[in-house]
Amino acid sequence: MRPALLVLPLAAFILVTFVAPLAVMLGRSLYDPLVADALPETLRLLRQWDGERTPSEPVFETMAGELLKARRERTLGRIATRVNRVQAGLRSALLKSVRKLRSAPRPDSWREAMIAVDPKWAEARTWHAIRRAGERFTLRHYLHALDLDQAPGGGIIRQPPDLRIYLPLLQRTLAVSLGITLLCLLLGYPIAYLIANAPPRRANLLLLLVLVPFWTSLLVRTTSWIVLLQTQGVINDLLAAVGLIAEDQRISMIYNMTGTVVAMTHVLLPFMVLPLYSVMRTIPPLYMSAAASLGANFLQAFRRVYWPQTLPGVAAGSLLVFILAIGYFITPALVGGQSGQLISNMVAYHMQQSLNWGLAAALGGVLLGGVFLLYLVFNRLVGVDRMRLG
Amino acid sequence: MAEHGTGPLMDSSPKVHVEFEGVSKSYDGRTMVVRDLDLVVYEGEFLTLLGPSGSGKTTCLMMLAGFQVPTSGAIRIGGRAVDDLPPRKRDIGVVFQNYALFPHMTVGENLSFPLEVRGMDPQEIRKRVGGSLELVRLEGLEGRRPGELSGGQQQRVAIARALVFEPALVLMDEPLGALDRRLREEMQYEVRRIQRKLGVTVVYVTHDQQEAMAMSDRVAVFQRGRIEQVAPPEALYEEPEREFVARFIGDNNLLHGRVIGVEGDLCRVETGGQIVTAFRVVPCQVGDLVSVAIRPERVAVSPKPGLYGNELDARIDDIAFLGDHLRLRMTVCDSPDFIAKIPNIVGHGGVLEGDRVRVGWTLTDARALEPDESGEGFP
Ligand SMILES: Nc1ncnc2c1ncn2[C@@H]1O[C@H](COP(=O)(O)OP(=O)(O)O)[C@@H](O)[C@H]1O
Ligand SMILES: [Mg+2]
Repeated sequence: MRPALLVLPLAAFILVTFVAPLAVMLGRSLYDPLVADALPETLRLLRQWDGERTPSEPVFETMAGELLKARRERTLGRIATRVNRVQAGLRSALLKSVRKLRSAPRPDSWREAMIAVDPKWAEARTWHAIRRAGERFTLRHYLHALDLDQAPGGGIIRQPPDLRIYLPLLQRTLAVSLGITLLCLLLGYPIAYLIANAPPRRANLLLLLVLVPFWTSLLVRTTSWIVLLQTQGVINDLLAAVGLIAEDQRISMIYNMTGTVVAMTHVLLPFMVLPLYSVMRTIPPLYMSAAASLGANFLQAFRRVYWPQTLPGVAAGSLLVFILAIGYFITPALVGGQSGQLISNMVAYHMQQSLNWGLAAALGGVLLGGVFLLYLVFNRLVGVDRMRLG
Repeated sequence: MAEHGTGPLMDSSPKVHVEFEGVSKSYDGRTMVVRDLDLVVYEGEFLTLLGPSGSGKTTCLMMLAGFQVPTSGAIRIGGRAVDDLPPRKRDIGVVFQNYALFPHMTVGENLSFPLEVRGMDPQEIRKRVGGSLELVRLEGLEGRRPGELSGGQQQRVAIARALVFEPALVLMDEPLGALDRRLREEMQYEVRRIQRKLGVTVVYVTHDQQEAMAMSDRVAVFQRGRIEQVAPPEALYEEPEREFVARFIGDNNLLHGRVIGVEGDLCRVETGGQIVTAFRVVPCQVGDLVSVAIRPERVAVSPKPGLYGNELDARIDDIAFLGDHLRLRMTVCDSPDFIAKIPNIVGHGGVLEGDRVRVGWTLTDARALEPDESGEGFP
């Protein structure tokens, strides 16, 4: 009982600052009551609509009433935005119609009047869009996040190629994360080996060098890369001064994918080195000696004796780096330019600029699901219980 | 180079397998861990390096295996200098102190490893692995991992792995150190049996003198990076040449004194006011300091006068009954802790603690040896 009490503060902290927001956010990706609450009667009438012809007069009349009410309650703009996300162009149709109808005297037929303002009201797909925007529980954010769409008939179709944004970005994020993980492994493995097999004093010093970046602000580290890599930066200056490149051929190494990969590899390297080191430290050098005495050359001894014993560390480090990379935001935002953006930058965009929180949450949900899936596969292949995180 | 001992084999001219010539080793460039070592190992011999921990035994083994490079001197295997030969080309089986079985491989994979890196055909590998498991009596354990085996079983696997590629020379570094006493004795016999059966040369390291005595054809006694003596076990026990060996092998009483007379093979030594006549192992002169060693079981208490060449006064401090023998602790020539072991059947003739008695032993059972460098214990 006592030990459980000791973790209580942490548990409460995690609940309030992590689990709850996560749940709320994921909830947002599935639950969107705004339109449903604003146009309840319209949506109820639309449920009886045949889905093909233009709806009848009562539908128009009810919606006009509810829209005018929403205008008075100052929610009209947000409703228009929601509907517009389901079908582009409907925002202006909505706002324009409300403006016209409000100033004009009460018409004989709301149907005629609205179609006169915007012929879109005569189209069936407009009403389909309104019906979908009015779904309280909805998968449309997820469809959107996966570049899918709901066909008017009810089936699910892929977006036309030129509108597919998120899947390619997700693919790119996966590929880049994988590349960064491999780079970290390639760079980190020899370092970890060196540290694990150095005499204690030197090992401590080397470990310190690996950890120093941890104590430096991420921002400082990232901006140092800017200083180094930019077109007028240290490396380009050096290359130009030595004459390896001409002045007008300076290499662009930052504000593109190269910048993202370089800076993220640097930032994430310690997460690879530490688990590797902790595993390698437990492997006595005696094993390599034994392998040599049994007739193995270095490569055979490494491949058959050393490498397999480091797999738990390789697995832990790779998983750690990969998962961190896949959701990384600040570094690509600072040094990634246009081509170096990753999925999390898109999430941030929808959170901060387009204010489409539902989509942002759905993108986050897709990412979370993807990582979880990878983890399961990984567990199947390597066995997480065999992993050593540090 | 000087040849120690008589050589173990009936063969009139045993062939030299391994040769250390003037080998020295320093890890830090200052202290010599092995000093100017000369040693010959014959083909088919079981030679043990025996010495206290830190005396340089493992270092010698590692130089022979190729994991350490001698600071000076030469090591030859089969007449060929090996300083430029990497460990994997020396064709030496090594049993490491902590076995060094590969934990992620099964027993079978551990044993196949040396054969696979040699590119042997799988059929042959399976045959050889089966054969060597049979040799160490572990049939049917191929599929286990080292972690699932007992200490004794791991030991056998380590030995099998060192033998499976049929090296002519096998090195073992305290292979039985981690086992309990009973298992250790069983494995001593087992290792010896295997070595005899295969006829391989074994260089064995231990700090346990009983183990060395039980297993070896010859024993090289190490102290502080030097070899004190190389000899078969009996010779080491009966004819130690130096005080360190006399002390290290079995129990011994040591009396320290000064030579006052020399007559042929014998010398007379004055110690604590009494005179001891001893066999002259070192060519000592009158006035030299020597240590006289007498085995406890060679000491007779209250002997018939005139029966032994040496008879001295002693006081009995303690009598302990130890089953098969009595252990008398005495003060002889001012030296306390002089031990006599009296076989149970002989009895102690009714002496009691505190009694003053005469003790005696044959002239040749007292051996005048070169004292240890420290000179500790001399007046
Ligand atoms: N790899 C090494 N580096 C530095 N010193 C060592 C090393 N191996 C052994 N020594 C030192 O050399 C001495 C002899 O060691 P060792 O050969 O292992 O003795 P033994 O096997 O007889 O116990 C010891 O003082 C030990 O501390
Ligand atoms: Mg040792």
